[in-house]
Amino acid sequence: MIARDRMSKLASNLVLLAIGVLFVLPLLWVLFASINRTAGLRVEFPTHPTLNNFKAVLNTDTTYRPVLNGLVLCGGSALLTMVCAVLAAYPLSRFKTRFNRPFLLTVLFCTGLPITAVMVPVYGLFVQLNLVDTIGGTIMFMATSSLPFAIWLTKTFMDGVPISLEEAAWVDGAGNMRALRAIVLPLMWPGIAVVLIFTFIGMWGNFFVPFMLLLSPERLPASVSIFTFFSQYGEPNYGQLAAYSIIYTMPVLLLYLLLSKKLGGAFALGGAIKG
Amino acid sequence: MTTTVAPSAAAPAPKRSGRPRGAKLVKMLPLTPAIGLMLVFLAGPILYCVYAAFTNMALTGTGAANVQFVGLENFRKAFGSNAFTNAIWMTLVFTLISAIIGQNTLGLGLALLMRRSTKVVRNFVGTAVIGAWVLPEVVAAYLLSAFFNDNGTLNVMLHAVGLPGQDWLYAAPIIAVSLANIWRGTAFSMLVYSAALSEVPKEIEESAEMDGAAGFRRLVFVTLPMISRAIMTNLMLITLQTLSVFGLIYAMTRGGPGTKSQTLPLYMYEQAFSFSQIGYGTAIALVMLAIGAVFSLIYLRGLNSEAA
Repeated sequence: MIARDRMSKLASNLVLLAIGVLFVLPLLWVLFASINRTAGLRVEFPTHPTLNNFKAVLNTDTTYRPVLNGLVLCGGSALLTMVCAVLAAYPLSRFKTRFNRPFLLTVLFCTGLPITAVMVPVYGLFVQLNLVDTIGGTIMFMATSSLPFAIWLTKTFMDGVPISLEEAAWVDGAGNMRALRAIVLPLMWPGIAVVLIFTFIGMWGNFFVPFMLLLSPERLPASVSIFTFFSQYGEPNYGQLAAYSIIYTMPVLLLYLLLSKKLGGAFALGGAIKG
Repeated sequence: MTTTVAPSAAAPAPKRSGRPRGAKLVKMLPLTPAIGLMLVFLAGPILYCVYAAFTNMALTGTGAANVQFVGLENFRKAFGSNAFTNAIWMTLVFTLISAIIGQNTLGLGLALLMRRSTKVVRNFVGTAVIGAWVLPEVVAAYLLSAFFNDNGTLNVMLHAVGLPGQDWLYAAPIIAVSLANIWRGTAFSMLVYSAALSEVPKEIEESAEMDGAAGFRRLVFVTLPMISRAIMTNLMLITLQTLSVFGLIYAMTRGGPGTKSQTLPLYMYEQAFSFSQIGYGTAIALVMLAIGAVFSLIYLRGLNSEAA
């Protein structure tokens, strides 16, 4: 019995390792190519590692401005999403009315809508409202598109904070919004952080929305400018592209590491979306 | 609505009804920013979609100056067009291979294997899979374009074991983008299933083992039924996510060569923006929304019946 257990454990490890290597291979290319003077498309260990690729892309037009734009755009949208989601989740989690269930089902339904499909009418709406190529308009749309999922998650986390704590505060005369701020929020910071960071990560990688709604090169976030970087010059400089990819990915990786260190990471998310 | 916010009055029994209607409405007030945003930027565009799909709206030509109702013309044109039927097929193949078979099965397999593996291996594989997931869409697309290229890593590996290689993005683009989506999206399923499996009580599986249900049989008859709710949720979420994938395919193949990897979102984009046919584009968007809505409804129904 014990021998069989050990065998099955060994087999599991080997299969897992094989899959893990398959997942790592494409990642290796970007790491090696970024420090390779003559990077091509295959994974090859650079014989003369160099930082020239990074030096070449670290300038205002290629890196600093797109990354800053991305931070403004995704940071602003994630904050807006979070504020609206927390406000919306509070009554949904605390007060039972006939309105709750239909609303939550609608929200759940909206999480499933392919946002790609509404981009054509959204573009039309933006033309009508004169919002095309504005950071504010794009922030509002990006925030809205991630709202349903954020409301759903935030409500799930908020349900975990016992209502008895607020009942005491209500007796003491605290208003709903004060109870939310002083009692509920401090107790659900981990949940808030999970929703906020995942909203941000989702937006940071989003290509289609800013690609459609923003036009001026000086407003484009990194997710779109990396695309133009690639397609503008014909045969691209793979080393520089790889270096830029790494820089662009950094904020997301840092946030993710922060999340998994402090909060048990995405496993908390996995738990919350089980339904 | 003149009632002031009076939470202390409602405090002893916030769940009981029978309060004045105004107080109830005030309590729901925090919902307004979210509802406002969703009405303007989500419900609005969807309604507009329904309207525009029945017109000849365009960015140039007659449809630009003079928008007219054309009834079902756009849909007739779509379902009569080879490119549209091709896009539907491509979308179905892409969703089936990459989400329903690929991400779902691989994610479940990884979660199951991880329970029986050593910590070092588990951490290494988990990090690699999640690393692929958090990468921005376009970066992932470049990495995999390089991987599948004629001179790319995949062919180097194939040559090493004596197999012939080819330019995968040219020869089998829909397979290549599907594999790319599996690479990028499996982490989500893995996380959902890890969380679900961690809640399956160990005793139940052990007693099943005692009763002689080992290995595969135990998996099918004991473990899987216990996480059926998670399977459902996960299947639907990844199906819907995959239906609307745009950036990954656009950056890898632009739907080509020809239309060999042109899924519905790419076809819609091409019609609406490259060819300026807004009316026709929104009709396609409406078809996509309908497909998404059907999946959502099946999912909600399934969840409701299981919860009951």
